[in-house]
Amino acid sequence: MNPQTLQLICFYAFSIVTVAAALSVITLKNTVHAVLALVLTFFSAACLWMLLDAEFLALALVVVYVGAVMVLFLFVVMMLDIDLEKMHEGFVKFLPVGVIVAIVMLVEMIGLIGVRAMHVRDLGADPAAAAGMSNTAWLGQALYTKFLLPFEVAALVLTVGLVAAVALTLRERRGARYESASRQVRVDPRDRVRIVKMDAVRPTPTAAGEGTAGESKP
Amino acid sequence: MADQLINQVMWPLIYILCIVLPLVIAVAMFVYWERKVIGWMHVRMGPNKVGPGGVLQAFADVVKLLIKEVILPTKANRFLYYLAPLIGLVPALAAWAVIPFDGRMVLSNANAGILYLLAMTSMGVYGIIIAGWASNSRYALLGAMRSAAQVISYELAMGLCLVCVMVLAGSLNLSEIVNAQAGGKGLFDWFWLPLLPVFVIYFVSGVAETNRLPFDMAEGESEIVAGFHVEYSGSAFALFFLAEYANMILVSFLSAIFFLGGWLSPLQGWISADAPGWIAWLGAGGFIWLFIKAFVMSFFFLWFRATFPRYRYDQIMRLGWKVFIPIAIAWVFVAGLLKYYDLVSIGVGA
Repeated sequence: MNPQTLQLICFYAFSIVTVAAALSVITLKNTVHAVLALVLTFFSAACLWMLLDAEFLALALVVVYVGAVMVLFLFVVMMLDIDLEKMHEGFVKFLPVGVIVAIVMLVEMIGLIGVRAMHVRDLGADPAAAAGMSNTAWLGQALYTKFLLPFEVAALVLTVGLVAAVALTLRERRGARYESASRQVRVDPRDRVRIVKMDAVRPTPTAAGEGTAGESKP
Repeated sequence: MADQLINQVMWPLIYILCIVLPLVIAVAMFVYWERKVIGWMHVRMGPNKVGPGGVLQAFADVVKLLIKEVILPTKANRFLYYLAPLIGLVPALAAWAVIPFDGRMVLSNANAGILYLLAMTSMGVYGIIIAGWASNSRYALLGAMRSAAQVISYELAMGLCLVCVMVLAGSLNLSEIVNAQAGGKGLFDWFWLPLLPVFVIYFVSGVAETNRLPFDMAEGESEIVAGFHVEYSGSAFALFFLAEYANMILVSFLSAIFFLGGWLSPLQGWISADAPGWIAWLGAGGFIWLFIKAFVMSFFFLWFRATFPRYRYDQIMRLGWKVFIPIAIAWVFVAGLLKYYDLVSIGVGA
């Protein structure tokens, strides 16, 4: 079996898993199952990218989406108390709108693919392989030299988005009691506990054998 | 065809077994060592009945766990309930693929080794979350929620610490990171010195990420009985246990590789290679040094457990977000300046 055939088999296997998982995201009734199917979708998409030698993108997808975003998703979905009956009520009502949106999106995508196909360009060899570098090193160098400005602007936009999200949701609660950790740490034990120094005193035995009567077990 | 099959399937499989089997044995011995050490710290004996000095205690426990019944709680999600321990264990074992034990001994010398490690460690939390949800128990769900929040928070700090290491080493490959710590100044060439705060943050985040005391919010015996694995028994519980300890040993190895020079000798450069016999051996690097360093780091896990009381949930979040992440971000800049002005020697040549 030559490597190309194996790669093709792997590609189809991963693609089938990706498509099946993506379908189950929208068909599964249980929301937690749907989120887990989405995790599987991301993971198999990462496997597909790995086949394309895009190792940085593949691993970043797993770290960011599988490892962080989807964990938060699960976190929220597990806390929700979803009434499945109520959710399925509007299915028929919203079906025409959904179908129209789907058709418009499909037409747009096909148009895009058609336009791209007309302006077909040879992408050339893998630039990372041509430069004799690993995918990650090449990507890093390209991002921080050739595309430095767009990269930094993107980072800034994301930071602004983050600050905006915090500013929108952060509400100052009146009367909430907070604990100041630094004050807690700086507490002097002498303010809280009084240590009394006492000399050890042996209780005087009143009669023979009764000296430890108070301590003995019942 | 046949020799291709042997080369591409058989040998990697044998290498994998060469890593996983000793790892499982190491986990068993580590559990014994943990119980002994904590016993000594509590002025107790620790296990001392099974085998000479109690060495076989861990194996006796394994046999006990394996012959116990795995109970499925009522209304639990059968498929996910049985899947969760596996999801927890597989990333814990898979992460070992990129660990370089020596200059040449590494299963997969992946270029993006650090990213792979981050990906694997972040996937381990799914085992905990799914276990907590599938067992249909309040305590388990609470444990899963706590664990999810905690792992996300500390992973960020951990990732930023690794950014510092990447900046200094200029590579994501673990073997190259170790080689970047080689030099003539012995143990002062390692990254722990220029990255001291980051080293501390990385290890403490590692403790938090493995849900070990004092960060064992996910289990919290005294508040939510045993958290995510409260409903698990027998071999299913044993898998969670195995994953937790494999992760602990992994974090010890990673701290040794990223900050303590991996397989390099602490006396590197101080002893010339033509010194007689074992003295020259002391100066040369070897996997034995990595094991010694990892053993010392793993001892800290036990020491922490016997020393510190458990953090409260809000304290954990505060420590992660308000202390560790700002310090780690600041140190990324420090590391950049150190590298830019050539204040840290990288590799033997520099």
